[in-house]
Amino acid sequence: MEKSYYNPEDLKKFGNIAEFDAELAAKFFDYYGEVFKEGALTAREKSLIALAVAHAVQCPYCIDAYTQDTIAKGCSEEQMMEAVHVTAAIRGGASLVHGVQMMNKAKKLVM
Amino acid sequence: MALIKSLKSRNSDLAEPAEQLKLLNGDIFREGKLPTFREKLMEINAFPLKPAAIKIFQMNIGYMCNQTCKHCHVDAGPDRKEIMSRETMQRCIDIISEHKFDTVDITGGAPEMNPDFRWFVSELRKTEVREIIVRCNLTIILANAKYNDLPEFFKANRIRVVSSLPFYNADRTDRQRGEGVFAKSVEALKLLNAVGYGLPDSGLILDLVYNPGGAFLPAEQSGLERDFKKELKDHFGIQFNMLLCLNNLPVSRFLEYLVESDNFDEYMDLLVRSFNPGAVQGVMCRDTISVDYDGFIYDCDFNQMLKMKVDRNASQHINDFDIKKLTERNIVINQHCFGCTAGAGSSCQGATT
Repeated sequence: MEKSYYNPEDLKKFGNIAEFDAELAAKFFDYYGEVFKEGALTAREKSLIALAVAHAVQCPYCIDAYTQDTIAKGCSEEQMMEAVHVTAAIRGGASLVHGVQMMNKAKKLVM
Repeated sequence: MALIKSLKSRNSDLAEPAEQLKLLNGDIFREGKLPTFREKLMEINAFPLKPAAIKIFQMNIGYMCNQTCKHCHVDAGPDRKEIMSRETMQRCIDIISEHKFDTVDITGGAPEMNPDFRWFVSELRKTEVREIIVRCNLTIILANAKYNDLPEFFKANRIRVVSSLPFYNADRTDRQRGEGVFAKSVEALKLLNAVGYGLPDSGLILDLVYNPGGAFLPAEQSGLERDFKKELKDHFGIQFNMLLCLNNLPVSRFLEYLVESDNFDEYMDLLVRSFNPGAVQGVMCRDTISVDYDGFIYDCDFNQMLKMKVDRNASQHINDFDIKKLTERNIVINQHCFGCTAGAGSSCQGATT
């Protein structure tokens, strides 16, 4: 067993998930490829969304991959950091908006 | 921003092609962690790599340049004195007249700094060659009053101008090409637009070259071209024809950058993993030959910088130019060639797939 749960080398082996289930892996990677193609959103916009989501799910492989991808697609460091702040705002907001639930309950309980 | 100097002027070990080749054949390839380029070609039955037809006669007419870009595979700079003589140029014109190549591609350094540049281009225009490309770094147009009329000169000689602009903003461009380069490049592009270059229906072609400002591969060419066109038009009113996306090859100063930033192994791994069999048929060495300032012949400009001349059974110098032998030669390869087959493929004419 590895001494660490995460190994940067494993990112390159993502395709190896097909080893245990080729059919589902093929479906997933086909879908993945389609999702990131130019569409109503540009490939560049999708890459920035992916970078933001990568931070939301805190996946180090995804952060590695989409830092490279956004840079390659011409995003500036400023745009990349703004995307991460969107993540932070949504995650922070998601916590804080539950404060309303807390307040509702508190108001009900307290005289 | 630190001032960049050529490897040669710094007496760097990497100024020597042998040192570069030692790195390119280092542990990661020797210990079998990565396959060699030869092995990858053998896997797809493409070894030895052979030319198709030679259509592009590329000439490097000197390593002197007004810029010292961080990624330069030529190790060009103001201190480089290697320059093609008029006599060698004349010999090339004779060859070009005889063999009727589609394109003559003039590069450097800043080719305009060769004192015989204008004479050469004017003489070349008298031949039947269909297309003459000048790889203009843009800032040369503003570097000295004697170069200010280059846009008119290019126009008069129906030159296709191909210019490097690694990004559409100052930060990324200047980090690679030197402080203030972006602003001067914008100024030069406006001067080229002013005489008609890059404008629809003018017939005057102005292409830009994008190469990544670091250890990564370019994104898809058409998407980047769209962004470049929009940004340059919206912010500076600049127009151009095509964006050519090039991969950085691990040669000379880009190789130094990879080593110093601890990216060498990762980048080579990226190039090998991104090997695209579909890009092999379109590699530029299959339709291009590269001639150095001294008249020696190479499979490409990168091999030129690594001093890897064409196969000894082909003619290695313009004085022995033999089109038949050159067309039948085996192309000389090494690990840097992975740069031309990675991703969408890469050549002096942009992506190859």
